Amino acid sequence: MIVPRLLDWFDERLGAASFAKKSLRKVFPDHWSFMLGEVAMYCFIILVVTGTFLSFFYIPDVRDVVYHGPYKPLDGQSMSAAYASVLRISFEVRAGLVFRQIHHWAALVMTGAVVFHAIRVFFTGAFRKPREINWVLGVVLLLLTIGIGFAGYSLPDDLLSGTGLRIGYSIALSTPIVGTWLAFLVFGGEYPAPDILNRLFVLHVMILPALIAIVMGAHLAILWRQKHTNFPAKDLTNDQIRGPRLWPRYAFASVGLFFVLAGVLALLGGTAQINPIWIYGPYHPITASGASQPDWYMGFTEGAVRLFPGWEIRAFGHEIPEPFFPGALLPGVIFGGMLLWPWIERFFTKDKLQHNLLQHPRDVPWRTAVGAATITFLGVLTIAGASDVLASSVDISVEAMTEILRWVALVLPVVAFFVTYLLCRELRSNDLHPVKESKITTVRRSKTGGFDTTEEEGGGFESVEERLGL
Amino acid sequence: MSDSTHVTRNTQPAPRGPDEGRVSRLMMLLLLVAILAGVGLLVLYALGGQVQLEGILLFILLTGIGFAFILWGKYLFPTEIVTEDRGERPSPKAERAAAEQAYVEGESQITRRSALVRMLLGAFGALGLAAIFPIRSLGPSPGRSLFQTAWRTGIRAVDEAGNPVLASDLVVGSVLTVFPQGHVGSTDSVAILVRVDPSELQLPDGRNDDAPFGNVCYSKLCTHAGCPVGLYLAEFHQLQCPCHFSAFAVLKGAEPVFGPASRPLPQLPLGVDQEGYLVAKSDFTAPVGPGFWNRGSGA
Repeated sequence: MIVPRLLDWFDERLGAASFAKKSLRKVFPDHWSFMLGEVAMYCFIILVVTGTFLSFFYIPDVRDVVYHGPYKPLDGQSMSAAYASVLRISFEVRAGLVFRQIHHWAALVMTGAVVFHAIRVFFTGAFRKPREINWVLGVVLLLLTIGIGFAGYSLPDDLLSGTGLRIGYSIALSTPIVGTWLAFLVFGGEYPAPDILNRLFVLHVMILPALIAIVMGAHLAILWRQKHTNFPAKDLTNDQIRGPRLWPRYAFASVGLFFVLAGVLALLGGTAQINPIWIYGPYHPITASGASQPDWYMGFTEGAVRLFPGWEIRAFGHEIPEPFFPGALLPGVIFGGMLLWPWIERFFTKDKLQHNLLQHPRDVPWRTAVGAATITFLGVLTIAGASDVLASSVDISVEAMTEILRWVALVLPVVAFFVTYLLCRELRSNDLHPVKESKITTVRRSKTGGFDTTEEEGGGFESVEERLGL
Repeated sequence: MSDSTHVTRNTQPAPRGPDEGRVSRLMMLLLLVAILAGVGLLVLYALGGQVQLEGILLFILLTGIGFAFILWGKYLFPTEIVTEDRGERPSPKAERAAAEQAYVEGESQITRRSALVRMLLGAFGALGLAAIFPIRSLGPSPGRSLFQTAWRTGIRAVDEAGNPVLASDLVVGSVLTVFPQGHVGSTDSVAILVRVDPSELQLPDGRNDDAPFGNVCYSKLCTHAGCPVGLYLAEFHQLQCPCHFSAFAVLKGAEPVFGPASRPLPQLPLGVDQEGYLVAKSDFTAPVGPGFWNRGSGA
């Protein structure tokens, strides 16, 4: 009863009835891979809720304090007020630790969801006209998500995060021409300048969340306007859309997803320890420890910086230091390439049509191969970000492991490219879907000794086993 | 884009799934457990909290609600799969022409006063310039700060506790982090003192007197990304950085021998004062830490 009356109230003021009707009856194509973007959005909501709670206790201050608290191993030690406040959140604020760990897990899952969402969109060609704007906004969201993650990771001012920040400073410093000014303006002076934590805090809790909310809002508004894509299906044309309606079926499924996701993150936050900063100890700029790994989404830069050889360009009294190439140029090329991909692809395909039907990865072998090679490359770099841990686990020297990974990083993407390309071409040419909707060719020997070949539509198979007749 | 055009509906009662009675009983059970978990959370909080139990109870509460929604959506609504027209996306040509026309009409009113437009653009330029300047407040000028540290001629090397170091304090094969006296904890002045057998030293020309009794001292900041070079592999006489594993040959003026670093660690020329303590003979031989654009323009 209350909702119709509310609708009347708003319609008399905003004329909202038509929009409400269209929205509630909106058709949402259904496929498991379409949930990845939703997971990212819901993680963001969970991050805002848990992060708001944490921000009431966190102090962005590098000034020294002496710790006296329930965590005895650090009692009497000097540390920054920021680190002490995170200890307080972890050990004294009731429910503080579970919120902190849920927050960290949600950040890791969100970056993962954004990455897999981008992968889904890339391999199915969902970025093609008319959806290039949303592809660009999506890449921007990926960058913002990585940025906000790195800023948040740096806030506790523990030994690991301080080391990460120091490397970030060195990469900023390595920028040609403007590097010193850039580093000094961003960090507020020569590292470690006292202002940096406060700046990261403002970025992490205000500027970047606001930007993410705005860009995500635009991303969703454009999705709403353009409507979702569909996988190709029987009797479905490019001008049609197919799926359940938003209200109530899709809405219930989506709300259910939110709560299950929140529940899983709560379970992780409660039972799977993450970023135990009290073990790492407070940051002192003159110490660093081995086995220092950043959060997973920064792993590829760490790996690139480890693997890139010691090449510096020095000429005419100037130099471009080594960290610039793996630390700034490489991410720039990768994200720049992503940003421009719809146009790069169009340059080759000359395709200017509107596309509402998705492609299967095998339909465009070269794109799928480029994607597979890029993912392989970044994957090897990510693994190389933990080269020391890897080396000690297989009992060889870090030096040998670095040499091996250098070659792997160069060779494996090329292998991935050709294997993927040939596989896709093969799948496309005989239209053989690995699981379903394939043709069955039967060869029978006739009584006279010859062979008869018959082809029939295979229809849908439930499993690989059925496909193979097992 | 009216809903009535070419809409095909395919409405079926929930197929195959368990019957509605069983689904709703299962949901009732889920929600009951969720409510109990919620009450449990309250009790737990009042008792002082416990992180693992908090996580588990929250998990039960949230996923209970979540699965109830999912079951409801999946089994208790009719399975209606709709196919409908997407509707025209690009506007009809006439519409676009009209929009262009609307813009052009206004534009011609503006461009005909070109002098005014130029002045307006100039004013915006001035505003933009004025708005850029406060960015300068964000940090000091780099100036010479990257070229110098707190080390000066005659200043004593002290350990982390501030005690001066005698030339005989370290045994051969050991290391010590040192600072200039009065600057303990200084990030750019931090140095690592290594005692080696003087006969093994092969320092670059002109530095043979800078390592009294085999006390050779280098900047502790890696020349790659500025991490503290904290690992000493005594067997190989190498200092190694724990971040990216650049290694430096201590006996040969800290030349890089492995990893991404391409420059030696700057050396701190040491001498001994009258009381036998180690003192700096000057600042480091080169700017410390990671490289930058104008590093070569004079130390």
